[in-house]
Amino acid sequence: MADANQTPLLAIDDLAVHYPIGGGFTGPKRVLKAVDGIALSVAPGECLGLVGESGCGKSTLAMAIMGLVTPTHGHIRIADQEISATKKADHMHLAQTVQMVFQDPYASLNPRQTVRRTLADPLRLHGIGNRTEIEHRVADIMAKVGLRPEQAARYPHEFSGGQRQRIGIARALILRPRLVLCDEPVSALDVSIRAQIINLLLELKDDLGLSYIMISHDLGVVEHVSDRVAVMYLGRIVERGDWREIFENPRHPYTRALIAAIPDAFRRRAVAGQKARGEIPSALAPPPGCHFHTRCPLVADQCRSDAPALEPVAPGHLAACHFRDRAA
Amino acid sequence: MKFRANLYIGGAFFATAVIVGVLAPVIATHDPVFDANLMNAEIPPGWEYPFGTDAQGRDIYSRVVHGARISLTVGLVAQCINSIIGVTLGLTAGYWGGWWDDLVSGLTNLMLAIPSLIFALAIMAILGPGLVSLLIALGLTSWSYSCRLARAQVLSLKSQGYVQAARILGYSDLRIMFTQLLPNILGPLIVIATLGAGGSILAEAALSFLGLGIRPPYPSWGSMLSDAREQITTAPWLSIFPGLAIFITVLGLNLLGDGLRDILDPQSRERTS
Amino acid sequence: MSVPLLDVENLRIALSQGGKSYGAVEDVSFSIAPGETLGLVGESGCGKSITALAVMGLLRPPLSLGGGRITLEGGDIHDLPPAKLRQLRGKRIAMIFQEPMTALNPLSTVGRQIAEMFVLHAGANWSEATDRAVEALRQVHVPSPERRVKDFPHQLSGGMRQRVMIAIALACSPDLLIADEPTTALDVTVQAEIVDLMQELCAAKGTAILMISHDLGLVANMCRRVAVMYAGRIVEQQAAADIFDRPRHPYTRGLIASLPRLGARVAHGRQRLQEISGVVPAITAFPAGCRFSPRCQRATDVCQSNDPPPTPLPENGLVRCHHHG
Repeated sequence: MADANQTPLLAIDDLAVHYPIGGGFTGPKRVLKAVDGIALSVAPGECLGLVGESGCGKSTLAMAIMGLVTPTHGHIRIADQEISATKKADHMHLAQTVQMVFQDPYASLNPRQTVRRTLADPLRLHGIGNRTEIEHRVADIMAKVGLRPEQAARYPHEFSGGQRQRIGIARALILRPRLVLCDEPVSALDVSIRAQIINLLLELKDDLGLSYIMISHDLGVVEHVSDRVAVMYLGRIVERGDWREIFENPRHPYTRALIAAIPDAFRRRAVAGQKARGEIPSALAPPPGCHFHTRCPLVADQCRSDAPALEPVAPGHLAACHFRDRAA
Repeated sequence: MKFRANLYIGGAFFATAVIVGVLAPVIATHDPVFDANLMNAEIPPGWEYPFGTDAQGRDIYSRVVHGARISLTVGLVAQCINSIIGVTLGLTAGYWGGWWDDLVSGLTNLMLAIPSLIFALAIMAILGPGLVSLLIALGLTSWSYSCRLARAQVLSLKSQGYVQAARILGYSDLRIMFTQLLPNILGPLIVIATLGAGGSILAEAALSFLGLGIRPPYPSWGSMLSDAREQITTAPWLSIFPGLAIFITVLGLNLLGDGLRDILDPQSRERTS
Repeated sequence: MSVPLLDVENLRIALSQGGKSYGAVEDVSFSIAPGETLGLVGESGCGKSITALAVMGLLRPPLSLGGGRITLEGGDIHDLPPAKLRQLRGKRIAMIFQEPMTALNPLSTVGRQIAEMFVLHAGANWSEATDRAVEALRQVHVPSPERRVKDFPHQLSGGMRQRVMIAIALACSPDLLIADEPTTALDVTVQAEIVDLMQELCAAKGTAILMISHDLGLVANMCRRVAVMYAGRIVEQQAAADIFDRPRHPYTRGLIASLPRLGARVAHGRQRLQEISGVVPAITAFPAGCRFSPRCQRATDVCQSNDPPPTPLPENGLVRCHHHG
C-alpha cells in the first residue's frame, strides 16, 4: 500500500491546458479549457483512479502528464523532472519514469513491427544492455505479461485483442518505469477477457512496485483497482479521496449521479443517489459558477455564480460543492 | 486467389519494356545513332527493317529499343526525385504541422495549379538543354501528388497509439517519421509512384516532342515522335512504333499501379479479432 | 399463454465466406409477449445483432436466413416479400442502433426525419407531420423542441441524437422496438437517462422491447427476462431477477464472476476476478460439441462431442449445458 507521507511520485499543481479555437475567418476566438486548474498527486506504489465522462479533460490531462501536450500554465513534477509551460517534456529522460497503456489495442501497435522489435528497440535506443541482455529482458517481460517466447517473431495482426493489449503492457514496462498511466485499458476488449487484463495489471503493480493512474469510465473497474479516486467534470476535479470514501460516502452530486447511473444489478449498493438531469454541456462553453449546476439536483442561486473550491470534507477527502457537508 | 489481371498484365508490359531497354545493345540490329544512310531513308517496314527506317535512314526498331533505355531511365529517375521530394515534404509537414505545414501546403497547392509542362519548360529554359536539366525539370514538377498523399496519411496515423507510444519511449521526431510512419504509408505511395512514373515518361515524351528534351540524334520515344511529325501521313510507321512503345509502357505502369493498390490496401486493414 | 407478439423458432442464419457456408446463428428460439422487455446479451460476434436484423428482414449477403420461423402476432414474417416487409418496418417493428450519427441522414433536419414517419405510415400531410414531430421531440424530453426541429444531426450531442432516434422509432407507436446497443456509445449519466426514457415511453405506448447489449447489468436491470448468447446460440434464458442470483450456464456464471461490480469491494474486499480463459471463437471456427467447452472449467468428454440440447427451466427459461445447475 502507499505511504501517504512519502514524497509523491507525481505532483500536479494548478495545471491548465487551454486550446484556442476559431478566430479569424471562422468565427470569434474562443478558448477550450480542456484542463482548468487541476491539482493531483500520486504516491509511490499507489493506484489513482481517474473518472469522468466526455469533455471532462481526462484525456488531455493524460497527454499533459505524458508530455505530449504543453501546459498553458501550472506544473507537473514526476520524480525529479518537471513539465510546465516553459519547460517542455524531455522524453528521453521521462521514458524511464512514466509510461502509458493505450485504449485501442488495434491501433496501439505498429503493424509493421514484430513483437520483438517493438520491445527491443526502446532498450537499444536508451543504450540499455548488450544484445544478450536485451534478449533476456524482452523474454522476461513477455513471460510476465503472459506471452510465449515464440510469439516474439509475430506481427500484431496475428494476435487477438487481449493479446495485443498484453503486448502494449509489455512495451509500457520494458523500460521499467515507476508510473504507468492506463487509459481505458479494457474498454475496447471483449467482456469475457477484461478480467484477464485487470488481474494482470494488478499483479504487475504488486510484482514490480508500480504506481498507476487508471483512467476509466467504468466505475466498477475503478472501484476494484484504485487506492484513491479523483472525479473530473468539464476540466476540473470535483471530488477526490480514498476509494472507500468516494464510493461509500460521495459528497459531490456529480459523483453521486455517476454512481446512481450504474444499473444496480447486485442490489448491494449502500448509496442511493440522484441521477443527473439533461446533457453534458460542451467543454467550449461550460456553465458559469459551478460547472455542474445545470444538471444538479441540489442547485441553488449561489451555484450559478460562485465556483466552489475543492475543500476537505474529511481528512484526505475533498469535494468542490457548496453542499459538500451534506451526506447522501 | 483472384486472378489479378491488372497486376500480371501491367507487370508483364512494364517488365517487357525494362528487359528490352536492358538488352538493347544485344537485341538491336543496327546502331541507333550512327548507322544512318540517306539512301535508306523512309523505307516502310519489311524484312530487313522490321519497323522501317526514318528520314535519316536509321533503323526504327533499333532506335525504339535503345529509346527504351533513355525514356525509362528518365521516367524512373524523375519519379524517384519526385517521390523523395514529395514524401519528405509531406511527411514532415504532416508530422510537424505549424508554419512548415502551411508553407508546404501552400507550395503544393501552387504546384498543382501550375500546368506541369509549362513549369518544366520554364525550368528547362533556365537550366538549358541536356539530360541533367531534363531530369531536374521533371523531378521538380510532380512531387505534389506524393506530398499530398504522404501528408494526409501522416495526419491520420499521427494520433495512433503506436506513434504516441514512440514519442513517450523517447524516439526522436526523425526516428518516428522513418521507422514508425514511413513503413506504414509506403503502400499507397508505391502505387502513386508507379502511376507517376508513367506520367514522367509521358512528360519526357512531350518535352522531347517539343524539342526540349533529348536532342537528336539520340533516340527517345518522344523525340522520335517529334521528328516524325511532318511525315505522319506519308510515312506513318515513323510515328506508330515509338507511339506504341510509349503506350504499352505507360499502360503497363498504370495497370501495375492499380494491381498493387488492390494487394496493398486490403492487407493493411486485415486483422484477426 | 396468449399469442406472443414476436415468436422466433429455431432461427438459423448462414454466413457465406470463401465459398463455404457457416452457421452464424443456430437453433435460436425466443418469444416476446406484448409490452414485455426481453434482453439479449452477448459479446461481439455472438450473433445478437444479426438476430435482430433477421427479425427486421434486413439480412444481406453474405448473411442469409438459413431456416426457422419468425412470426409477429401469429403471422409469419420471415418469408414476406420486400414490399410487405417495408410496410411492417416503422409501423409495427422499429429499430434503433448504437451509432445515431450513421443511422440518421446527415443532410436532412431531424424534424423532417421524424415527420417522414407520420407521412409514410400514418397518412399525414407534411404540415401535420411537422407538428407531430415537435410533439414527438417533446415526448423524448428534448428541450425547446420547436427550435430543435430545424437542427441537423451533427448539431446535436450524442445523447440528443439518440433521443431523436427513439422519437423516430416510436413515432407510429410500433408493437415492438428493437434496440441494438443504443447506449454503448454514450456517457454513463446519459445512458441512464436514455434507458429511463425508453422504459417510460414504451410502457406508455405498450411497445415491447428487445434490448440487445453486451452489458449484463444494464439488461438485467431493464428487462423482465434475459437471454444470454454465445457463439450463435442462446445458452441461457431466465427471468432477470434470477439470472444474477442463480446463473445456470458456466458462461453466464463466468461473466458475472469476472466483471468488477460496484459495491463488491466494499462488501468483500478486493478479490481476484475470476477469469474466463481463452478467446471468443470466430464464426468460421466454432468448436465441435458444446461451443463453450474449450473455455469451460466443467467441461468433460461429453461436452466436447455432444452439443447440449436446450433444457427447459421454470418460467419459460432454458439452459444449454450438460452440467447446468
